[in-house]
Amino acid sequence: MLIKLTGGKVYDPTNNINGEVRDIYFADGRVVPPPADARVDKEYDVRGRVVMAGAIDPHTHIGGGKVTIARTLLPEDHYKDEVAHTSITRAGTGHATPSTMITGYRYAEMGYTAAFEPAMLPANARQAHMEMGDTPLLDKGAFVMLGSDDYLLRLMAGKASFEQIKDYIAWTMHAAQAIAVKVVNPGGISAFKFNQRKLDLDEKHVYYGITPRDIIQTLARGLLELGVTHPLHVHGCNLGIPGNVETTLATIRATEGLPLHLTHIQFHSYATEGDRHFSSGAVQVAELLKKYPHISIDVGQVMFGATCTASGDSMRQYNGAKNADPKRWVVMDIECDAGCGVVPFRYRDKSFVHALQWAIGLETFLLCDDPWRIFLTTDHPNGAPFYTYPHLIRLLMDRDFRRETMLHVNPEALQYSTLPSLEREYSMYDVAILTRAGPARSLGLKDMGHVGPGARADITVYKDDANRERMFTTPELVFKNGELIVRDGKVIKVVNGATHVARPEYDRAIEKPLKEYFDRYHTVRMENFRLSDDEITDGGRGEIIVQPTRARTSS
Amino acid sequence: MTAHADGDATHTYENVTCPFCGLLCDDLTVTRTGSTLKVSNGCPRATAGFQRPLPPAKPMVRDAEVTLEEAIKAAADLVRQAKLPLYGGMATDVAGQRAIMAIADQTCGVVDHALSDGQYRNLRVVQTSGWIMSTLTEVRNRADLIIIVGSDIHKLHGRFFDRIVNPEHTMFDGVGTKRTVIFLGEGLDTSGAVGPRVDEVISLPVAKDRIPEVLSAISARVRGFNIPAPQATAPSTSKIGSMFAGLVPGSKLATAEAPAHEIAGIPFADIDAVAEKCKKAHYGVLVWAPPALSMPQADMTVHMMTEIVRELNQTTRFAGLSLGGNEGAPSAASTCTWQTGYPLRVSFANGKPEYDSVRYNIGRMLTEGEGDILVWVASIGTDIGLPQTKVPTIVLGTPGVRLAQSPTVFIPVGTPGIDHAGQMVRCDNVVSLPMKNLHRSQLPSSADVLAAIQAAL
Repeated sequence: MLIKLTGGKVYDPTNNINGEVRDIYFADGRVVPPPADARVDKEYDVRGRVVMAGAIDPHTHIGGGKVTIARTLLPEDHYKDEVAHTSITRAGTGHATPSTMITGYRYAEMGYTAAFEPAMLPANARQAHMEMGDTPLLDKGAFVMLGSDDYLLRLMAGKASFEQIKDYIAWTMHAAQAIAVKVVNPGGISAFKFNQRKLDLDEKHVYYGITPRDIIQTLARGLLELGVTHPLHVHGCNLGIPGNVETTLATIRATEGLPLHLTHIQFHSYATEGDRHFSSGAVQVAELLKKYPHISIDVGQVMFGATCTASGDSMRQYNGAKNADPKRWVVMDIECDAGCGVVPFRYRDKSFVHALQWAIGLETFLLCDDPWRIFLTTDHPNGAPFYTYPHLIRLLMDRDFRRETMLHVNPEALQYSTLPSLEREYSMYDVAILTRAGPARSLGLKDMGHVGPGARADITVYKDDANRERMFTTPELVFKNGELIVRDGKVIKVVNGATHVARPEYDRAIEKPLKEYFDRYHTVRMENFRLSDDEITDGGRGEIIVQPTRARTSS
Repeated sequence: MTAHADGDATHTYENVTCPFCGLLCDDLTVTRTGSTLKVSNGCPRATAGFQRPLPPAKPMVRDAEVTLEEAIKAAADLVRQAKLPLYGGMATDVAGQRAIMAIADQTCGVVDHALSDGQYRNLRVVQTSGWIMSTLTEVRNRADLIIIVGSDIHKLHGRFFDRIVNPEHTMFDGVGTKRTVIFLGEGLDTSGAVGPRVDEVISLPVAKDRIPEVLSAISARVRGFNIPAPQATAPSTSKIGSMFAGLVPGSKLATAEAPAHEIAGIPFADIDAVAEKCKKAHYGVLVWAPPALSMPQADMTVHMMTEIVRELNQTTRFAGLSLGGNEGAPSAASTCTWQTGYPLRVSFANGKPEYDSVRYNIGRMLTEGEGDILVWVASIGTDIGLPQTKVPTIVLGTPGVRLAQSPTVFIPVGTPGIDHAGQMVRCDNVVSLPMKNLHRSQLPSSADVLAAIQAAL
């Protein structure tokens, strides 16, 4: 079946199309070149509309144990947003940590067709995939967490060969069915179990004697040599601590030319000026990043309101638990592998600290001049739930709206940020990069994030509304693999998306020492730790797509 | 129906996950000859579960043998007519839970697991104050102090000591290499705690209903409060008085007052010694099995444990470890939570999920005459038989499941990890395991049967 979208204004940065009027054709789930004389089976008149690829969220906590802990923790969060079933959609609940089906529906209703869980613990990978398997309408994938797991740290402490470390990284990606690797508070989650309460970039782990710097460099180099497209995804040391901008700057310098992605950098850009010793470090970060073109970031924008923070960073979450609102929180030490912390939180616009966090996030967006290296995230649900994105987009695209919003936040906070002086407005093309082309390129999703021939027909059509929040809240049409799934912001058809993974090469011989290790110390067999393809795809839960990796190299 | 297709050929399966308790031990070796299984390294519960001869079972409608298709049609007819169907039992794997949630959502029913009472002892604590918890591998390798509270773990989870407490090796040189095991509670089997790393075993044999008093005392001591002597407060109700008086900062004892000699029959010195060990531990763990905490308001006991843990974390590392989780209870709670936001006891009567842990307790609803049909899934053990009820019942059960009454519709189903493949969530709610198909029988999975009933509605 050949479908034609006629006359839309297309924003497709991958193919350098900036608002030009184009017809788009797709058949069998793929965009095709304009056919010479083929009969169009279905035509949609989208003249005057804005056409983009389906949006991609590269960092959103949508699946896995910590999200379900957050759901368990806060029934009162769900009471205010209970969603009834319809003839085609399931019941569920929304707000800060929506249930899985509602997550899928709401992303799709906002024009998103893919979302990536950034913190999948190897020990919890099976559940993370189960939850993502119950998240319809989206393609998904997950970044597996390494860096506080005993096996990596003992390899490093024991000066194992770098090839062996790479084999272990690759094995873990296969076993957990991951597309990328994330490190969270490198070594710090483990250090917390040894009763260390902080771990700076160059501070030694009391047991292994290695530092976060060692861990970041090892994993970053390992992934580069394994040919994994997405570079090491780093949630750095000292999250949320005033003065941590120094750690962030040092982390950037520590890469020494290695590619890296620094996630929710807003939470890591705090300086110590002023009476309250809390101020924005966004300018320093943005300036340094200009000299490190191999580093990308996402923001983790804070938005005002109630949410629930859920992180693998048990050390920092334990520390932040004193600010829990409501006063109720969970911290877990997990399987000598990782950890998690779940702390409900309310960001208040009249709070000096929260308003400054908000301003630092926006500053970061507006100061970073290369939209290909910055992604639009709230670190859902940590900075805010994902469905605040349209509001965030308006703040970026509409200077007057931004100024007006600033009138309502703590005025003192704005004195410690350059936000009030920033005039920049994001263009539609910029937004298409931030939410489509950039994440697709960074994750290696070659046939996603654009609408050129060969792309998957994940396409979103918006009414061109000067109120950008309204525009991005309610797309007119959303296609998933060529099927119309959303009309006028409502799901009209439910399909399952694919799971994206990357499978770098590794030497199977690593399973011998690994099996001995699992048998000796673990409560799960190595064979059962591995997650099979069938476990993800059974029950019609969508295919697995193996994204290519570059050839493995050695330095 | 349960006879096996490949006759008497023998197959050996390695790394088999056991579905019969919440630990989900996954290192079993099971040999199958025809439809007979033999476990070489299971605990008594696992051995009994795997090796139980499967009695012949046919789908039944009103005590008459029918085909599977007829039974599914009869079940669908009953469900279709129901105004408020109750979906209980929920003893199945994640696929089964997903199927229960799907049909319950469509038919505006209520979901609750047979063992929710135990789980709610924990959930009430999570939903009021949260907690700091650990998991099995973490405890196995790291803990130097393990306090088992009011739960006869050796009986409930036959390999807990072998797999978690006693293993010779730890990942960490010099960490958790010597451990103290403390049993708090009367009549607990302490014989499991043996081996080179078990340095010391201490038993405080307090009656179950008085465990909260001892925990209170430990809590007070780790906070640095003294425990007043009985005669120093209210002599006739020294129990209660001593519990709380010491918690008030202003009531810190003058040295002139004598300390209590005992609390709930336990010498104060022993309690004090436990508190000291807690403070000195590098990584201590309080272990309980929620179903075993049958004292009144057991959630308050869980809360007390989690508050002790919270206090100790100010200076050292400490965590809770909750066991239990039999009959697929964690799979039910987790699946229901990620699909609705709520951990069971959810009603879809108004089309949207409504959560009330008292109101949507299916046991209570049946007693009070709420609900007009009961769909009961019991695909794992034989002990969670159908509750007594006057409403029509549809049972998806493992052959031989104990039934207090004859169900309106009975459909024999396979057990996850034996008759079909699947996935289940472990008691720590973090790790989940693959369940193998050992090809014992051709019985359908509860997920498949539920999907067929839903399709026939």
